[in-house]
Amino acid sequence: MSSDNQTADGRIESTQDARMGEGVDSRFNSTLREAFGSSPFILTKFDQFMNWVRGSSMFMLQFGIACCSIEMMHTYAVKHDLDRFGAGVPRASPRQADVIIVPGTIVSKFAPRMKRVYDQMPEPKFVVSMGSCTISGGPFQEGYNVIKGAEEVIPVDIHVPGCPPRPEALVYGVAKLQERIANGESAPVTVKPYELEQFGDLEGDELVEKLADQVDEDDLVMRYNWAESP
Amino acid sequence: MSLEDPDTGAIEPAEETAVGVTDEGLDYDALADLLGDRLLDREEHVNAEGFVVRPDEVRSVLFDLRDEAGFDHLSCVTAQEYDDRYESLYHLKKYGAPTQELSVVVPTAKDEPVSESANPVYRTADWHEREAYDLVGVEYEDHPDLRRILLPETWQGHPLGQDFDGEEPQIVTLREHANPLQEDHRGDDADTMFVNIGPHHPATHGVLHLKTVLDGEQVADVDPDIGYLHRCEEQMCQQSTYRHQIMPYPDRWDYISAGILNEWAYARAAEDLAGIDVPEYAQIIRTMSAELCRIAAHLLAMGTFALDVYGDFTAIFMYAVQDRERVQKILEDLTGQRLMFNYLRLGGVAWDIPEPREEFFEKTRDLLDDMPERLAEYHDLVTSNEIFQLRCVDTGVLPPEEAKSFGATGPVARGSGIDYDLRRDDPYGHYDQLDWDVITEEGCDNYARVLVRLREVEQSARIIEQCVDLLEDWPEDEREIQANVPRTLRPDPDTEVYRAVEAAKGELGIYMRSDGTDQPARFKIRSPCFSNLQTLPVMSEGEYIPDMIASLGSLDIVLGEVDR
Repeated sequence: MSSDNQTADGRIESTQDARMGEGVDSRFNSTLREAFGSSPFILTKFDQFMNWVRGSSMFMLQFGIACCSIEMMHTYAVKHDLDRFGAGVPRASPRQADVIIVPGTIVSKFAPRMKRVYDQMPEPKFVVSMGSCTISGGPFQEGYNVIKGAEEVIPVDIHVPGCPPRPEALVYGVAKLQERIANGESAPVTVKPYELEQFGDLEGDELVEKLADQVDEDDLVMRYNWAESP
Repeated sequence: MSLEDPDTGAIEPAEETAVGVTDEGLDYDALADLLGDRLLDREEHVNAEGFVVRPDEVRSVLFDLRDEAGFDHLSCVTAQEYDDRYESLYHLKKYGAPTQELSVVVPTAKDEPVSESANPVYRTADWHEREAYDLVGVEYEDHPDLRRILLPETWQGHPLGQDFDGEEPQIVTLREHANPLQEDHRGDDADTMFVNIGPHHPATHGVLHLKTVLDGEQVADVDPDIGYLHRCEEQMCQQSTYRHQIMPYPDRWDYISAGILNEWAYARAAEDLAGIDVPEYAQIIRTMSAELCRIAAHLLAMGTFALDVYGDFTAIFMYAVQDRERVQKILEDLTGQRLMFNYLRLGGVAWDIPEPREEFFEKTRDLLDDMPERLAEYHDLVTSNEIFQLRCVDTGVLPPEEAKSFGATGPVARGSGIDYDLRRDDPYGHYDQLDWDVITEEGCDNYARVLVRLREVEQSARIIEQCVDLLEDWPEDEREIQANVPRTLRPDPDTEVYRAVEAAKGELGIYMRSDGTDQPARFKIRSPCFSNLQTLPVMSEGEYIPDMIASLGSLDIVLGEVDR
């Protein structure tokens, strides 16, 4: 590398050092800069650069649902320290987050709220579903109240299986997501069976008529058709 | 002290005057005399007798049992539907002597399932009866607020009733909630503000929704709205077999590493139901691993509480997680899992201490050796910090009478000076052979509850140390980890049992009724957090809103267990 050329008496030899100029603190000479060698210029497509940046610095939403959130906390904290991979700053507000990790079972009462939280995140946004419950409902799949996976409600980029997944598995999942983002890939938008819609827009059937006096026309609702669930 | 005879609750002064208390325990005939004509029938349950009463005399019966016979603890309300009737079961206990139990059985007609509410007698009945209404469909007359609690308000049908059709579509609303105090406004200057805290909020420790009304900085009204994690645990257990399929589920009730404590609740109830004796060696392993779980759970409670009060994601939380990692490592060596252990089996444990045993014991001892230093550090950082004390001393006050009325147990009750710990008072496992203390604090405030947890970590470490000593010296050819249990368990039909253990958050009880098959006909979970959370309005109404957040943190709820 060009920076190796420096002589013992401190005489500047390399082009790199020449360009950096005199009097610049050596702390500015990062590994990355050294990697670029004598030419501190790179040529890339703007979109590719942006994807690389995006993947290298992700803000996670601080979002806990169930058991998996305990392992998620351990992933953020000491020993596993997700932040080492540039993806470990939990943000309390969805408006500041890029990634939502869905850590736990989603039930009928919570799904509309989760959808709302997801909708509040700015684009581009990514979803890591953590644990079996967010894949299929997991051990609670047969529960009368349980949504059979996060993908019924929001699109998912990466599924991390396990009940719960170990922190290592989540780190791997997030690293995979970063890799995909850096490559400009995101999940194909899948068909989401459950959407928030206004009550007035629902097709009138027995159930809708029954609830008509309890729910306003413009209330947002989510309709679950359990018989058609996988 | 655990070395004392556990059945000495009767020596307490309040007990002497109570009806039905004798030196041997409980005299059900005397209690039957107390009820007189109101008693329709007597049933024999595994844990206690069941007194059958008419649905319109519930209240007078419960008042008499509370005031005359000293049953001051409504542990749980179970509702179930039979082919010919509905039934509500009130599991009564005494804070002074939890082995003195009584079930009050209230059958109601199929076409009109209405019985009197127990709410005026025990305030905890409020939520328990709402749950019974929500899931089973029994209605309670004069209940102050009988609406759904776990399922959405617009839900159709009662899922644990017999005629529920899970294929029916459901509609769930997402709407802003109205200010319940709106109509109390007097004029234009008096103004209250309605704030939704949760269900997605960093301070609610999960998916809890607090409907809060603020008057300036003060909380005028708070109504916890739960059910955002109601994942049908009871249904899951009712469609699983006793022997193997149920055991993984308890791990997921209180998922803050307290898995083995929860498993023990199920194991204890099922072992009593089926009459299984557990070998002594297995009991010691259970005791040791359960206390390791308790340490992990209390550390997280302390860490997240500091997170709420200090608002930092740095030192204390990270220290707590660091120590938890060590405990989890030991538990992983023992059980093969970091969080969802699935380690207990009916009649014992899944496998013995891992080989080489010395290494396992050494690791455990290392943890215990470091514990005093770590705890001193926590006391430095947390309990002896002046700012922390300013925040927590005398805030979130829960008087003992209120705590009892709401059925609070565990560190919440012990922080209010109630000397109640099932490990000592209703002994199971190996606890009564070991030397340890029940921790109580008289403060009744947020500080006392945190202090109880930290001091309990110390006691758990003591218990583990004694267990390790015993296990190390145990003769090699007597290491029996599993009793002889039939491959398929079919307890006798219509056997009913209610058994509780001291879990990390308090009294975790299981009610089971068998119907002669290999699956329970009714499986009811008495969650300590569910009862503890009910005390939140008492602690926080009239207080400042940051104190409410602190109170919620000091309750240490886990939503998986509140909602089940």
